[in-house]
Amino acid sequence: MNPATVSPSDLQALWVTLRLAALTTLSLLLLGTPLAWWLARSGSRLRAPIEAVVALPLVLPPTVLGFYLLLAMGPNGPLSGLSMAFTFAGLLLGSMVYSLPFVVQPLRDSFAAVSEQSLEAAACLGAGPVNRFFNVVLPLARPGYVTASVLGFAHTLGEFGVVLMIGGNIPGQTRVLSIAVYEHVETLDYARAHLLSAGLLIVSFALLLVVYASGVGRKVVR
Amino acid sequence: MSLLVDTRVRKGDFELKVSFEVPASGFTAVSGPSGCGKTTLLRTIAGLEPGADGRVSVAGECWQDRACRLPTHRRAVGYVFQQAALFPHLDVRGNLLFGRQRRPAVRAALAFDDVIELLGLARLLARAVHGLSGGERQRVAIAQSLLSSPRLLLMDEPMAALDRASRQTLLPYLEALQRTLDIPVLYVTHALDEIARLADHMLLIQAGRMTASGPVSELLTRLDLPMAQGREAGAVIRAQVSGHDDLDQLTRLAFSGGQLWVPRVALEPGTAVRLRILSRDVSLARKTDPDSSILNSVPVSVVDVVEAGAAEVMVRLCAGADTLLTRVSRRAQRHLEIVPGRRLYAQIRSIAALV
Repeated sequence: MNPATVSPSDLQALWVTLRLAALTTLSLLLLGTPLAWWLARSGSRLRAPIEAVVALPLVLPPTVLGFYLLLAMGPNGPLSGLSMAFTFAGLLLGSMVYSLPFVVQPLRDSFAAVSEQSLEAAACLGAGPVNRFFNVVLPLARPGYVTASVLGFAHTLGEFGVVLMIGGNIPGQTRVLSIAVYEHVETLDYARAHLLSAGLLIVSFALLLVVYASGVGRKVVR
Repeated sequence: MSLLVDTRVRKGDFELKVSFEVPASGFTAVSGPSGCGKTTLLRTIAGLEPGADGRVSVAGECWQDRACRLPTHRRAVGYVFQQAALFPHLDVRGNLLFGRQRRPAVRAALAFDDVIELLGLARLLARAVHGLSGGERQRVAIAQSLLSSPRLLLMDEPMAALDRASRQTLLPYLEALQRTLDIPVLYVTHALDEIARLADHMLLIQAGRMTASGPVSELLTRLDLPMAQGREAGAVIRAQVSGHDDLDQLTRLAFSGGQLWVPRVALEPGTAVRLRILSRDVSLARKTDPDSSILNSVPVSVVDVVEAGAAEVMVRLCAGADTLLTRVSRRAQRHLEIVPGRRLYAQIRSIAALV
């Protein structure tokens, strides 16, 4: 067997995957911050149900998620107007749902660890709410952001079921690494499948190693 | 009128309802049993109690009333918590500058270097916060508050979480503050010696109500209040250094009731000092006894007598314009005919001169 080389289409899949993971992580960090803050600080009765919804992607098969997202994006779904099915945007939305708990939970935990007294002390020293968030909460929650970013990114890299349902296999658009691996296996091109799989395995391991070696991920991944 | 508070706070079953004014400068001790509402009072003044109604005004500036309610960060308040809440992501200097950078100084603020010197922080500036001892943390927290140019300083038992040795180290810094600051300070404490050393005025809170307020020297000697009961009961008296005896290494102090000798203190004649005289260090006699080893004997008259346990009574005495306390046995009470109006001599065994 010839030594496998990375084909242009695999490179394209790699690029789509990296772009998807990066954009998913970034969007989740932005949207997850207020949500995680609310979950960490609110005494609302809605907190428990919302926390459960956030955790759902941890337990549901990705195909179930993908199925409902597909229905939502379909001609009769609430998101039909956006025509997101089988597009990169749709994939991004799906990935955000899929990786939501991996970003929100570390953020929530790190926000909960910021003591009320630190915030009160900052207020007594003249820091308003925004000032307190950026100068006290963010620096203290930095380990949470590192964990959230790495986990969100790594988890999105490995996404398969959701993509299969709502993304399809459009090169340059929605064809990601996991789909490419699947395809190589289907066509019995095990060498290429190995190359991509091993690459994904090593990258994921390295990312998780960063989290655990820094000691911040211990509490988070359960 | 510098700090004016008239407020009501409800927290579950507990209600704090107090109304008072404190002078424009000086320490005002806030005392009372645990859970009486001292901390709630401080938090209300700082705007940290969302359920508080009423009025808070500081140096003529309204912080809270019916029409306005400033959020905490707009109140020029310094708050020193029982356990210093320093920011762990900043070093000591960063912590000190946190408030200074955020609150524009509306009036001549204390200079950075002066505060550093006052609290002895020069060596700590580059240190990380987690390496500091309890006493050092409190000094940093106090400096941090002062550097934010507060119009009012609130201190919630700043020494309660410290061990005895750290307390002894921190106390002189607080005394230095007491001499230097020209803003009102509310100082929550249980400890009578801290009150005697630091405070000029005092508020006593019991079960959410203010039960007494006034000068420390008056409140500590009121027989109807808890401070005049127990082993640490005593009087605080203002006196002036009036001379030294080099031979015996003594210092003569003049007060309204006469003069007192204490072991030499290194102060110029004319310097004001405050004295703490514990009730257990005072005894009564019919006449002054030149053959006694006791140095200090001053004429007093009995003001009031109350029971203190089965065998003893607590006696309130006036010496000039000042008040002393003593605890004597019922037998002595009968023998010396200790009743209000009776003139006797107070023999004072020991006097703590507090600068």
